Amino acid sequence: MKRRQLLATSAAALGLAATAGTRGAFAQSPMKVGFIYVGALGDFGWNYAHDQARLAAQEHFGGAIETTFVEAVPEGPDAERVMTQMALSGAQMIFATSFGYGPAVNAVAARFPDVAFEHATGYMQDHPNVSLYNARFHEGRAVIGTIAGRMTETNKIGYIAAFPIAEVLMGINCAYLHAKKVNPDAEMRVVWAFTWGDPALEAAAAEALIDQGCDIIMSHTDSTAPLLVAQERGVHAFGQASDMSSFAPETHLTAIVDNWAPYYISRIQEKLDGSWTAGNVWPGLAEGEVLIAPYGPAVPAEVQEEADAMIAAISSGEYNPFTGPLNKQDGSVWLEEGQAADDGMLWGMDFYLEGIEGEIPS
Amino acid sequence: MEIGSLNVVVLIASLMVAATPILMAAIGELVVEKAGVLNLGVEGMMITGAVSGFAIAVTTGSPVMGMLGAIIAGALMALIFGILTQVLMANQVASGLALTLFGLGFSALVGQGFVGIVPPRTAKLDFGPLSDIPVLGQILFRHDALVYVSLLMVAGVWYWLTRTRSGRILRAVGENHDSAHALGYKVRRVRILAIMFGGACAGLGGAYLSLIRVPQWTEGMTAGAGWIALALVVFASWRPWRALLGAYLFGGIMVLQLNLQAAGLRFPVEYLSMSPYLITILVLVIMSSSRARASLAAPGSLGQSFHAAG
Repeated sequence: MKRRQLLATSAAALGLAATAGTRGAFAQSPMKVGFIYVGALGDFGWNYAHDQARLAAQEHFGGAIETTFVEAVPEGPDAERVMTQMALSGAQMIFATSFGYGPAVNAVAARFPDVAFEHATGYMQDHPNVSLYNARFHEGRAVIGTIAGRMTETNKIGYIAAFPIAEVLMGINCAYLHAKKVNPDAEMRVVWAFTWGDPALEAAAAEALIDQGCDIIMSHTDSTAPLLVAQERGVHAFGQASDMSSFAPETHLTAIVDNWAPYYISRIQEKLDGSWTAGNVWPGLAEGEVLIAPYGPAVPAEVQEEADAMIAAISSGEYNPFTGPLNKQDGSVWLEEGQAADDGMLWGMDFYLEGIEGEIPS
Repeated sequence: MEIGSLNVVVLIASLMVAATPILMAAIGELVVEKAGVLNLGVEGMMITGAVSGFAIAVTTGSPVMGMLGAIIAGALMALIFGILTQVLMANQVASGLALTLFGLGFSALVGQGFVGIVPPRTAKLDFGPLSDIPVLGQILFRHDALVYVSLLMVAGVWYWLTRTRSGRILRAVGENHDSAHALGYKVRRVRILAIMFGGACAGLGGAYLSLIRVPQWTEGMTAGAGWIALALVVFASWRPWRALLGAYLFGGIMVLQLNLQAAGLRFPVEYLSMSPYLITILVLVIMSSSRARASLAAPGSLGQSFHAAG
């Protein structure tokens, strides 16, 4: 369905390729950096956050780089075509910003060894020019879970989840765990949307959660629809990926903000300097890659303090949000007393923690 | 009324809202197909309606103007299809698909300046004491005006197709365009008007999504609703009341599966979400299994180009 647009943007990329041919003759030409997004950059969520970072990098480097982007590229062969086109048009660095681009990134990287590939949230790294980066979003979930636990009156927290993958489960478990810590009666209700962006479905999911008694809505999908429903129904909600307070001025509590700009700027700098090498990083609150948006008017001062304390504890490294004793939903032990989950354990997460109702769909 | 932890009244009230956009689009497409034309561009017309309605409502500050704009935009989109297929004799399937692709791209372009804006709100109708009637009040008297408009559309289309002369002419054109032509009816004119009506309905359905349901503009926000509407027409075997039933069934299944999840019940929601599509496939299989049945249900000239002979 997004093919029409893909064609248009690819045509634009071809046009760029044509001009690149003539301009490449000048030694001082800016370094080309390509970005590909899985959805529309106007979603005010995931893709928007990546594009904000692109704009920040462009502003930081001015004439030294030239950024291009293609939005709404489906994961699969289309992504491979778009990235091949970018590399052919002279891009020296490509940021692929969706989990499912993995195979395409590695296939294109094999053919263009001089191009630096940066793949967000991926795990495939078959070539020396493929770098992986991610953000510890679940650290932000610890903070909003704390706020949710303090602020819920019905003790039911609604969570709109996209797909049952480790990253999403980390978010659900972390939010639940920290809500439970401050409010032992807190329950988590999870609705699986099986899409990253379908505003009508996300709105319906938010309504279903509210109808079932949830008075706090958090989401791990891309659109702002849950916030609009929450505002309409007078229920508190958290923004996702960017500050969404303008969509729910009264009921927006805060948001987990994806701040990719520092990473993009440092990696582009390294590429310009010639010092870029592939890496695999997973920064979070401490590095400022995950930010907590300003608190909304509904958050009481003492809850703000508690949330700030949580941010400080995680940022300083003294607290790992997943620290034992923790059991899985079936009651089996996941983490022993005092044991902190390492990254491998987090990526292997395919279960709910003890206390969450419902079943993870396959 | 409760089943387990699910409140049936709330479920019914929300399924009516969830079903409204697909119901509107399906009723429009039903008329188009009754006239013997298969327009696969419903998704494209819906999203064009969604973006036009949103843009006009934001610019003028009036949701009503937005709705009217969406109706006109949908009809104009459909007119492109009408000219292609009825005047230039282009293939209907290919033109319809092209219309969907064009609509998705066009709406993305138009919508660029309207991302992240909250549109003026549409007021819900105030039925006063009626909305306080237990059960019925909550189901029937607490919706926005367009939910009632969609019901009136179903009743109106049913009445028009079965009880009026012009409705019968339209059906004659759809059943056998050569005979209708021989009787002196303007096949092309009837079809182009039907196509525009279908576009107007789809446009309104799209605007319902962007102005009331969500309410926001996001690229590609119809997310396949137009295709469900197309399936619905087949599911309804081209009968307006069955389209209403089908839309509420499809909408009901979506709302039910979300509510089952939200209630924390252990239930294999995958099967429930799959079921509208499975039902549609089943209907298609049953219909195509017997030529006689298919010819009873589907308009006889559906999808065929009309060449005026002599």
